[in-house]
Amino acid sequence: MDSVTKRYPDGTVAVDRLTLDIPDRSITVLVGPSGCGKTTTLRMINRMVEPTEGTILLDGEDLQRQAVTTLRRSMGYVIQNAGLFQHRTILDNIATVPRMIGWGKQKSRERAAELMARVGLDASLAKRYPYQLSGGQQQRVGVARALAADPPVLLMDEPFSAVDPVVRKGLQDELLRIQDELGKTIVFVTHDIDEAIKLGTMVAVMRTGGRLAQFAPPAELLSDPADDFVEDFLGADRGIRRLSFFPSAALELSTGPVVRADATAEQLAAADGAAHLLVTDADDRPLGWAEPGELAAGDLAAGRLLSYGRPFVPGTDSLRAALDCAVLSPTGWAVAVDVDGRVTGVVSQQTIGEAIRSAHGAADSGDARTEEPADVTKVAP
Amino acid sequence: MNGFFDIPSDLDNTYFGLIGLHLREALLPVLAGLLAALPLAQLCVRFRWLYPPVLGVTTVFYAIPSLAVFVVLIDYTGQTELTVMIPLAVYSLVVLVPAIVDGVRSVPEETLAASTAMGFGPLRRYLQVQLPIAVPAILAGLRVAVSASISLVSVGALIGNQGALGNLLADAQKYGRPELAVNSVLTTAVLAILCDALLVLARNLLTPWMPRGKRQRPKEAAARPEPKEAAAR
Repeated sequence: MDSVTKRYPDGTVAVDRLTLDIPDRSITVLVGPSGCGKTTTLRMINRMVEPTEGTILLDGEDLQRQAVTTLRRSMGYVIQNAGLFQHRTILDNIATVPRMIGWGKQKSRERAAELMARVGLDASLAKRYPYQLSGGQQQRVGVARALAADPPVLLMDEPFSAVDPVVRKGLQDELLRIQDELGKTIVFVTHDIDEAIKLGTMVAVMRTGGRLAQFAPPAELLSDPADDFVEDFLGADRGIRRLSFFPSAALELSTGPVVRADATAEQLAAADGAAHLLVTDADDRPLGWAEPGELAAGDLAAGRLLSYGRPFVPGTDSLRAALDCAVLSPTGWAVAVDVDGRVTGVVSQQTIGEAIRSAHGAADSGDARTEEPADVTKVAP
Repeated sequence: MNGFFDIPSDLDNTYFGLIGLHLREALLPVLAGLLAALPLAQLCVRFRWLYPPVLGVTTVFYAIPSLAVFVVLIDYTGQTELTVMIPLAVYSLVVLVPAIVDGVRSVPEETLAASTAMGFGPLRRYLQVQLPIAVPAILAGLRVAVSASISLVSVGALIGNQGALGNLLADAQKYGRPELAVNSVLTTAVLAILCDALLVLARNLLTPWMPRGKRQRPKEAAARPEPKEAAAR
């Protein structure tokens, strides 16, 4: 998008000289308060709104040179409340665009059935009508319908705003999973900054009057907001949220305070010196924390155990998750487990704090624009 | 009652012949009204400023008594069926235009935006999205138009026996046979009820997509609570 402006006849400027380079095969989120022109921007991409000035190029070609219906059929569109055709079955809703571009009934329906499975809809819903589905299910149908003709571009206009938070999280995770599989170029509009940070590869923060405030990857947005407006819009706890972008894999785990329930007196003595001991079962699954003095060798599980809280998985979870576990733990130590739930070690709040400091240091000294978060934490102790 | 179905010879018709005639005189005008109302309503939807004047003019038509229209029309179309059917068609039009306009306007904004975004042209959007979704409203209008038309045909008895079953009313007076009046009224009522039932049946067959028990209001579907989400996950 090059210097695109939309001015309405009454003089209102919805979008003001917007220049954006939307990367291929990734999710670009347009986020901002209501009236910032994000939906107008989205609708200029499929020409539901024509720009007053400026040009929009898709793969180097001016959108204005393409027939508008052909253009729209090559772009999936997902809208708030799904906008399903209430008079058609779920299957026929999804098959709409394939039918329109002449795939034939049989092939279109097969494709629709395939997409229902992909977006996590049970095949038994195929013959139902939209009113028989919940809001979350309808939104899944909306996504499936947009994907039906396998368009390279997907435009999403606040698609998950009208569903409750639990359903919304499910839909967001599903979108990320589908995006991993399909690699579409997605432009996603939302007013929810958390959604933008969760989904976006790149995030464009827009301000009232249709101006671009900042265009950056989410981690950079959190570490270096361009101005007060962006900082305000990000909210108070951006420091904590930024930790989501630092992996916990490099945390130095300690196995000293970990003992099995059937530990012998010698093994207990070896762990001496720790304020708390984490007791595990024979399979290395955590049972709880205990104070060394209260333990009798042979059957540690019989003693009084403190809850170990929620464990984290190094490598999968972020530093934010690790810190959360440590904060929730009654002993101040976070429990690390592998993907099967076996204890691999414990780590203190202090160690996590050091890891955070060095992660920040590495991110700030390096070029955060290009560096992958995984590289950032390699210097962690 | 003796001679209940004994149709006086001046009508030159059988009982069932009268019923057929009555239906033709009642339903053809509704059909004509529908065919005229569809494009007119579409114009009103497309150009919003057109709707109030159209509504005003058609309502004035509705206010003109049919007898007055007959008197004017007889000069042109004579004492024929056509003279009866023209005002009936106009009355149907008056009922159907607002019904169709409301129906087409009841299509949710998101649905329209989604269809445009998917590459529907205006004609395809009208035929495949707006019109089907307006079907319940159109059929509700048709029910009113058909019932009104069936009862109004009888007035045609006043212009050269063009009132089908209504002619029995005139004959009841002429020959002093009250049973003919009862026959006329009952048969007309039964016809109206049967036609209405057929329209309800047609609506139910055409709109399997409407929530049961709330067939009049498609918008309520969107506002429904969502009990099925838990089961689906």
